[in-house]
Amino acid sequence: MGMPTVVPQQRFERETYLNKEYGIWSWLLTTDHKRIALLYLISITFFFFIGGFFALLIRLELLTPAGDLVQADTYNKLFTQHGMVMVFFFLIPSIPATLGNFLVPMMVGAKDLAFPRINLLSWYLYIIGGIIMLHCMLTGGVDTGWTFYVPFSSNFTNTKFVEAGIAIFIAGFSSILTGLNFVVTIHRMRAPGMTWSRLPLFIWAHYATSIIQLLGTPVVAITIVLVACERALHLGIFDPKLGGDPVLFQHLFWFYSHPAVYIMILPAMGVVTEIIPCFSRKRIFGYQFVALSSIAIAVFGFLVWAHHMFVAGISVYSALVFSFLSYAVALPSAIKVFNWTATLYKGSIRYDAPMLYAFGFLGLFTIGGLSGLFLAALGINVHVTDTYFVVAHFHYIMVGGAVMGYLGGMHFWWPKISGKLYPEGWARLAALIVFIGFNLTFFPQFVLGYLGMPRRYYDYSHMPEFQVLNVLSTAGATVLGVGYLLPMVYFLWSMRYGKPASDNPWNAAGLEWKTASPPPTFNFDEEPVVTWEAYNYDELDAPPQAQEVTVA
Amino acid sequence: MPESTLMGEHRQEQLHPELLHHFADPEQQRNSASLGMWVFLGTEIMFFGGMFCAYLIYRHWYFGDFGAASKSIDATLGATNTAVLICSSLTVVLAVWAAQTARRALLISMLVVTMLFGLAFLGIKGKEYYDKFEEHHVPGASFSFNNVPIPSHPGEYANPRHAQIFFSLYFMMTGIHALHMIIGLGIFSCLLYMACKGHFTPEYHTPVEIGGLYWHFVDIIWIYLFPLLYLIDRHP
Amino acid sequence: MAESAASGHSKSSPLKLYFGVWATLLVLTFVTYRVAYLELGPFNSVVALVIASIKATLVALFFMHVWHASEKLTKLVIVAALFFLLLLLGLTMADYATRTWS
Repeated sequence: MGMPTVVPQQRFERETYLNKEYGIWSWLLTTDHKRIALLYLISITFFFFIGGFFALLIRLELLTPAGDLVQADTYNKLFTQHGMVMVFFFLIPSIPATLGNFLVPMMVGAKDLAFPRINLLSWYLYIIGGIIMLHCMLTGGVDTGWTFYVPFSSNFTNTKFVEAGIAIFIAGFSSILTGLNFVVTIHRMRAPGMTWSRLPLFIWAHYATSIIQLLGTPVVAITIVLVACERALHLGIFDPKLGGDPVLFQHLFWFYSHPAVYIMILPAMGVVTEIIPCFSRKRIFGYQFVALSSIAIAVFGFLVWAHHMFVAGISVYSALVFSFLSYAVALPSAIKVFNWTATLYKGSIRYDAPMLYAFGFLGLFTIGGLSGLFLAALGINVHVTDTYFVVAHFHYIMVGGAVMGYLGGMHFWWPKISGKLYPEGWARLAALIVFIGFNLTFFPQFVLGYLGMPRRYYDYSHMPEFQVLNVLSTAGATVLGVGYLLPMVYFLWSMRYGKPASDNPWNAAGLEWKTASPPPTFNFDEEPVVTWEAYNYDELDAPPQAQEVTVA
Repeated sequence: MPESTLMGEHRQEQLHPELLHHFADPEQQRNSASLGMWVFLGTEIMFFGGMFCAYLIYRHWYFGDFGAASKSIDATLGATNTAVLICSSLTVVLAVWAAQTARRALLISMLVVTMLFGLAFLGIKGKEYYDKFEEHHVPGASFSFNNVPIPSHPGEYANPRHAQIFFSLYFMMTGIHALHMIIGLGIFSCLLYMACKGHFTPEYHTPVEIGGLYWHFVDIIWIYLFPLLYLIDRHP
Repeated sequence: MAESAASGHSKSSPLKLYFGVWATLLVLTFVTYRVAYLELGPFNSVVALVIASIKATLVALFFMHVWHASEKLTKLVIVAALFFLLLLLGLTMADYATRTWS
């Protein structure tokens, strides 16, 4: 890099994407992918805390065996809204729409995404969907469960399913547009010399994610339309009264909603693949395998959906095949875990906050993935279907995996995004709190589920022996809540009081670190030309670095 | 060095007024737009795919009932509509050709004719819907499909409940297709406006091309809907 | 699309091709319409779908210019989307086809 140390005063005067324009309209009408990423960041954080609020009420209700805090109907709405908000309005857009939006153009060396206006449109669609969802929740909510199975959702519930369906449909459109932008950007906008085999693995992960968003989301979109029309216009498509098949709904629903899990986890894998080489000062082990395993996960992810339906009445033979295929999807995931650990091997490991989250991700994702194999096995699946075992499993993937990756990425790239350093001590503490809180919340749920506690029960007074584990879980949720609040507080704090970050505080590889922090509006002052492989940490560390990495 | 690239960029801007700032050259911009539309059409395949999936399963389950219900739709209207759409596809491809070869009058007239074909399609579709409404074939409380014989099975009558599934799918599939037609008309209105303003040149006519891709895709969907919905079991 | 006037590709007028494809499509529409009234047993559906697929392919190849597309990426997108559509249809229908076994 040409400019080793930048004097803070110059930094203050330099034009960045943050200080180029001011005022609300410069944000609401921006087409800058970095600003849109921040718009997304604010909105998904808002929905994260709404979803978290519902989670808190659920855990409070389960503190005691009796159904004493809320009524049964309210409880149904709580877990439904928790699921819908967290899945469709936080997890799906979480990493792609914030970190992905911010980093994909920079990592490939482009000035912006291929379609900046469509990018902004996607945020507006998300907001419209979000407002409809908020309106739906404030005026009664939905109680179908986030999976809105028919015929309950289409014919029986007297809550506002159609409104929630419209909200999810619109949010899904926003997700499709994000994926479309990424695919075209990665194909068309790479800088000279940025070949496919030089792309950061974060990009490969986002490419795979986009495939799922593009090919999966439309199916759930049309499914929502069908159910909503069945409910509102009295069509009969899944209605068993007419000879329709509710299991068909489940096929269509899970065709998207299983791969949707990979929409959440693949970007987190991409984040971790950036963090681990940086904090081990090593090239990633097995670049091609990590890259292709992302694509393999995206494809295999579409072959396993019916393992959600083993007890729904699908054919035995079909169940056998889907069980086998579900095992198959573990292969590319295992390849990734293997390559991450192999990268750590003999590395000069530093325990900065992003790396702590990456470690957390590794462990929790592995537990989540392995418990997924339990569920892929037909016998165990039948035993633990609709118990807290399933709840614990997917929270290990979605929260232990995806949210850990998200927080790790936020810490890793925060200096680039804001131009400020976050307080490292607080960040490590928060990472620790999140890890402890998470395990305290969800590990007891594995046990609960295995012992037979069903999910979605608000009252377990006929099985009071489950209370101890539930109390542990609720206590853990409180700790987890604190762990999630902390980063928000110190990130906000650092925007004003944090030390200015150098262009590359981690001495990391990757084009995004070769531009200023925060970057200028068009990302690079001159178009980058790439002549090196990704993760060239051996080359980066080869000459003695004049610049000392300092982190508060 | 930076100055010369700056000059280069300025020259690019003068040469190509439609070039957006973040693209290096017009070719990259054109290729990106085209790829974007193709990828979007890929998502559209899956969007309709969900309905095709439901359709195929129920058609297999309730073949006779579906045959009887299908026979109640006017196949001649359906065939006419297919022809209308094929003609509109021709005019679209002619419009693209006109844009490529700087024939502005032809471009404008082809866009107008395409839209007229699109409106004709929707008109015929509306007539079909009206007939179904008159015959109480619209699913819901007033639905009635009694004593309709199953084709090729003398003495057997269609189950009205299964027929209702057919009509539900019929209205969903054709309805969402018609919605795409309406969106296509909107796109073509914009293209027409841009063409009248003289925005398109042989160097820059990407909107016509990708708008055309969309229109052709909607045509392809109809090419499948026609035999699947209208021609299940036509012989007496 | 790859075709642009700048490349000089459009010198040879493609109009003949366009009208030829258009006429073929109309003929095929008429054929599929008439064949539906013949008694072919299960082959009615087969014929209808084969003709529809030919028509769709014609539109894609010539009207949507896939045939002349300079790069394979367009084809890849189409093949990928169709592949995933077949996954959806195939694996779902595999369930329905095997439910009555045993």
